[in-house]
Amino acid sequence: MTAFVLKRLAVGLLTLLAASLVVFFVLEVLPGDPARIMLGMNASPEALHALRTEMGLDRPVALRYLDWLFGMARGDFGRSYTYSSPVLALVAERLAVSLPLALMALALSTAIAIPVGIYAAARHGRPSDTLAMGLAQVGVAIPNFWFAMLLVYVFAVGLRLLPAGGFSGWGVGLDGLWQGVKALLLPAVSLALPQAAILARVTRSAMLEVLGEDYIRTARAKGLPRRKVLWRHGLRNAMIPVLTILGLQFAFLLAGTIIIENVFYLPGLGRLVFQAISQRDLIVVEGVVMLLVAAIVLINLLVDICYAVVDPRLRSSR
Amino acid sequence: MKTLATMLGAAALFLTSGSAAIGARSDLVLGVVLEPPHLDPTAGAAAAIDEIVYANVFEGLTRIGPNGEVQPALAERWEVSQDGLTYTFHLREGVTFHDGTAFDAQDVKFSLDRARAEDSTNAQKGLFSAIETVEVVDPATVKVTLGHPQGSFLYNMGWGDAVIVAPESAPTNKEKPVGTGPFRFDNWARGSSVTISRYENYWGEPVTLETAEFRFIPDAAASVAALLSGDVHAFPNLQAGDALPQIEADPRFTVMIGATEGETILAINNGKAPFDNLKVRQAIAHALDREEIILGASAGNGVPIGSHFSPANEAYIDLTDTYAHDPEKAKALLAEAGLANGFSATLKLPPPAYARQGGEIVASQLRQVGIELEIIPVEWAQWLEQVFTNKDYDLTIVSHTEPNDINIYARDDYYFNYDNPAFDAVMDELETTSDPEKRKTLYQTAQRIIAEDAVNGFLFQLPKTGVWDARLEGLWENAPIQANDLTKVRWTE
Repeated sequence: MTAFVLKRLAVGLLTLLAASLVVFFVLEVLPGDPARIMLGMNASPEALHALRTEMGLDRPVALRYLDWLFGMARGDFGRSYTYSSPVLALVAERLAVSLPLALMALALSTAIAIPVGIYAAARHGRPSDTLAMGLAQVGVAIPNFWFAMLLVYVFAVGLRLLPAGGFSGWGVGLDGLWQGVKALLLPAVSLALPQAAILARVTRSAMLEVLGEDYIRTARAKGLPRRKVLWRHGLRNAMIPVLTILGLQFAFLLAGTIIIENVFYLPGLGRLVFQAISQRDLIVVEGVVMLLVAAIVLINLLVDICYAVVDPRLRSSR
Repeated sequence: MKTLATMLGAAALFLTSGSAAIGARSDLVLGVVLEPPHLDPTAGAAAAIDEIVYANVFEGLTRIGPNGEVQPALAERWEVSQDGLTYTFHLREGVTFHDGTAFDAQDVKFSLDRARAEDSTNAQKGLFSAIETVEVVDPATVKVTLGHPQGSFLYNMGWGDAVIVAPESAPTNKEKPVGTGPFRFDNWARGSSVTISRYENYWGEPVTLETAEFRFIPDAAASVAALLSGDVHAFPNLQAGDALPQIEADPRFTVMIGATEGETILAINNGKAPFDNLKVRQAIAHALDREEIILGASAGNGVPIGSHFSPANEAYIDLTDTYAHDPEKAKALLAEAGLANGFSATLKLPPPAYARQGGEIVASQLRQVGIELEIIPVEWAQWLEQVFTNKDYDLTIVSHTEPNDINIYARDDYYFNYDNPAFDAVMDELETTSDPEKRKTLYQTAQRIIAEDAVNGFLFQLPKTGVWDARLEGLWENAPIQANDLTKVRWTE
């Protein structure tokens, strides 16, 4: 197991190095001068030159890449051109929104999808299965931003129960925590719905496959109650594809929520990247992308470890 | 899932209902589109900076009022010498910065010298170009000597880029702005909002609001939802789109369509064939139907313009009839230019709706006279690089939002590639003229020259769609500068 983890870590590091090369040089090719964007249309050439020197943009590309790479190795991701504060601090601020949001959405979608998937598999072919999967089909088809707008109109504009958007931080004490949860509730629901729909379908088909196996029949034949067979023998063996999807969904929820962040104007990671791209704050884009690559490498590693936990056969085979 | 949300929602209602305000409110949540990169107006051109700090946190020697007029600010009064070269500013006494340090003539000298220094990153360095020396006469008096008379000097000193900062706090103003205004900076929740609160030791009339929060909402639909749900009280410039009639009909809101300094133009690359031919540019001007463009690009709001000048300015003259909408005449002019069969060109469009939607209409209007346009959407960074810096374009649509910026037509190497010595001469004369009447005449001559030269297609003045809670008063109707002055804002109940 240790050798397996170490090997995966080494591969992960190589992935990161390759990603850093691609990320840095692809972004350098983009048209647009960060200094010009900061100073605007009326800026004088002298002011532009002064700012370019201040930001270190007049130095050779290769040198800037090496600086950046060694900086990251030391945990220094550089300073944002536009915000002039450290990239790592900016990302940490945004994670205070994005991470809880991703976790809330993931928890919601898992809590909905797995029982629904199992239920549908257990009642395979009956009207309740058809209904559940029909609803899941609708959930997959509804664009999440549209669903989000619908939620805003019902719960914020109409009923005035929840804020229409924004996030003012986690505050102090229980009330502060509640304010934060309140702000993230509608976004989490709108993110969770399509994810839950996908997950429910995957859970159902994985369960159906497992339920057709010989050992299920054996378990039933030796007199185990249906419910026990379903949960202990069925679900555990159906977990591999479910875990794969969960891992992918978490990675998506962390970085791919830009549209939902826009609908609810949340200061999340997606918005940071979006703003940074339009302002050509390349150092921020590069830093965030690298951190995301690292996060995804790590999530995949964790998913691999989880495989090994649920399926002992995978432990010995590697 | 719906029941879950309803349940949690009901709990939310229960928790918040205990905190109902008593008496007139003193807080304000204002929605703005863009988050500023930092909060130092003397070190960046982003309008989003001034939209928060101008007149609220920072003040200059003079300031620009709601209708674009120059008003005294930190300078109580001033004298101008006969030759127009020496300005003596008498400063207000008892003024303090938000960190408690006193404001005096040294701060003025520091701020002006810093802005015009060799290594200055002030985006509007040109505002200070006429200054020769800044002398401290006594703590309450500053003498500024100019190299040549400059008619717009007092106006220039009212820009956000010319606000007075203290040497102690200048290096950290980007993160934590310290000024002399009636509001002090409280907190910046990045990506979310900036909060300012009343400064108790303000030298002038104290503001009614205790706190104001500027909330950043880039998405148009989200802005409308935030307004309707009551999360945000005011949008100085709402991107309302189709929702505007609904908001106008709602008695909870005041809708105020004002003017900005944004001249929206179809910019033409005057240096490139066939646009270097006056007849071709005149043909384009005749082909444009402004009313139709305004209807499509800005929902019918916006004043048509015939030159690069704001209708709100007292020197404005209506030149929209210089080349009235007349497709037949446009075709005739093209034929005279040897292009009877028309020609094709590109139209690069930056992201704002006025450009993208207006561009479609402009393209169809020009097609009617035989000019085929290929529309190329670009993002701002590309626009700045390709169009503005490298002048690699035929036509583009953009709004020039700086106030009083007709002088850009005199700049060498500006992206219009326009060069007319007669116009340059007018600008030179204007620069050294301070008599208001003469300046007015010169501005009018300037407007006429560029209108007749059909330098660009002059479309319309960008409107400012202010929407706020009907119980609020004191917000600006027009936007003579990019600012949200909250000093007079108050709740009426």
